[in-house]
Amino acid sequence: MTVKAMKASEIAKKVINNEPLFILDVRNGDAFADWKIEGGNIQYLNTPYFDLLDGVEELVSELPTDRDILVVCAKEGSSVMVAEMLSEEGVDAAYLEGGMKAWSEHLEPVKVGELQGGGELYQFVRLGKGCLSYMAISDGEAAVIDATRMAHIFLDFAQEKGAAITHVFDTHLHADHISGGRAIAEATGASYYLPPKDAEEVAFEYEALENGLQVTIGKSKIEIEAFYSPGHTIGSTSFIVDHKYLMTGDILFIDSIGRPDLAGLADDWVGDLRESLYTRYKDLANELVVLPAHFMIIEELNEDGSVSKKLGDLFDENHGLNIADEQEFRDMVTKNLPPQPNAYQDIRKMNMGQIAPDEEVQREMEIGPNRCAVR
Amino acid sequence: MNADKVLDAKGLACPMPIVKTRKVMKEMDSGEVLEILATDKGAKADLTAWAKSGGHELLDSQENGDVFSFWIKKG
Repeated sequence: MTVKAMKASEIAKKVINNEPLFILDVRNGDAFADWKIEGGNIQYLNTPYFDLLDGVEELVSELPTDRDILVVCAKEGSSVMVAEMLSEEGVDAAYLEGGMKAWSEHLEPVKVGELQGGGELYQFVRLGKGCLSYMAISDGEAAVIDATRMAHIFLDFAQEKGAAITHVFDTHLHADHISGGRAIAEATGASYYLPPKDAEEVAFEYEALENGLQVTIGKSKIEIEAFYSPGHTIGSTSFIVDHKYLMTGDILFIDSIGRPDLAGLADDWVGDLRESLYTRYKDLANELVVLPAHFMIIEELNEDGSVSKKLGDLFDENHGLNIADEQEFRDMVTKNLPPQPNAYQDIRKMNMGQIAPDEEVQREMEIGPNRCAVR
Repeated sequence: MNADKVLDAKGLACPMPIVKTRKVMKEMDSGEVLEILATDKGAKADLTAWAKSGGHELLDSQENGDVFSFWIKKG
């Protein structure tokens, strides 16, 4: 009997629209506890596939009849098997095509705003891992910021929009995901910019992303201005786009702030982080729309699936921006930190061009949730 | 490590390594050791969790290049 496959893109729509879904996750308990498909209206049951080999009869009574059932596993195989077993018991269940790997790689492009002169700004929401990338398009030219590993998605999107990618930026050397920046630059001939202080050990040529750098995209001159804001890494740099948007990289998120320890120097960088957040950002216009490089929890999504908020609102609402006592701040961002992201040291090496494992290994390196923030 | 039986599950994708392990294990006696060879990267976590839930003991595991070896004692 054949069962229905559900694509990661269909699930993304359900998450964004807050539609009801029941997920039967058949990975082992540790994998489920570490990382799962998050959504505001999702119910879960975790039963490993190897506990279901004798049959699913006992499971059937635990499944709802009033919402879609999706069986999820790491790569797909076990979820197909379990969905087929359920189907034989008369339960209509779909499986996630490509498993959690496909979920981790899905990007949902959401338009976050208009730029002057008819330009557009898109946010690419990686729901499965909490990564946010950006593309500013103006007059047949495009800039890409903090691209994820799936370079082809950005290349295809620019092509659909009839835009040539001319500039590729990474706000910092990423430790939680593999950057697609270099691959996009190589495929398009665009310049690839990295902050030099994060790039001292990189094994490839790059353009220096320095404080005050200004580039223009398209004839209508969408300005992208670089703004040095260290703390998550020593090179971390923000962007002000079109005098309206503030891309904060991994320094400031909607409901949390960046962690300073992923390059091993939490105690040294905590002062920089505080200065970036409490002085440099504080001096900027409250009207700027903050566009971070990550989200941590599904509640940070706006109704259209985008992740953004005005800087002034964040100064009112974000706990990490409202810790008056310096020692308390220092303790919060250096003690009791969440676990570091999966394979983060290898991911940094990969992003420095020091190692080049095959695609399957790269996928494995990125498994799991994003953990760049402290709340 | 000595094994009473060897299962070659190389090249098989999830769930087959566990499906086959389980089948072979059923025909073995309590206390006997099965060696499993697999290339699926998820096999280690899954075999460990499966052995635990089934009352078996994962005695040892090794990684040689792309091939993982596991020794499980039937409980």
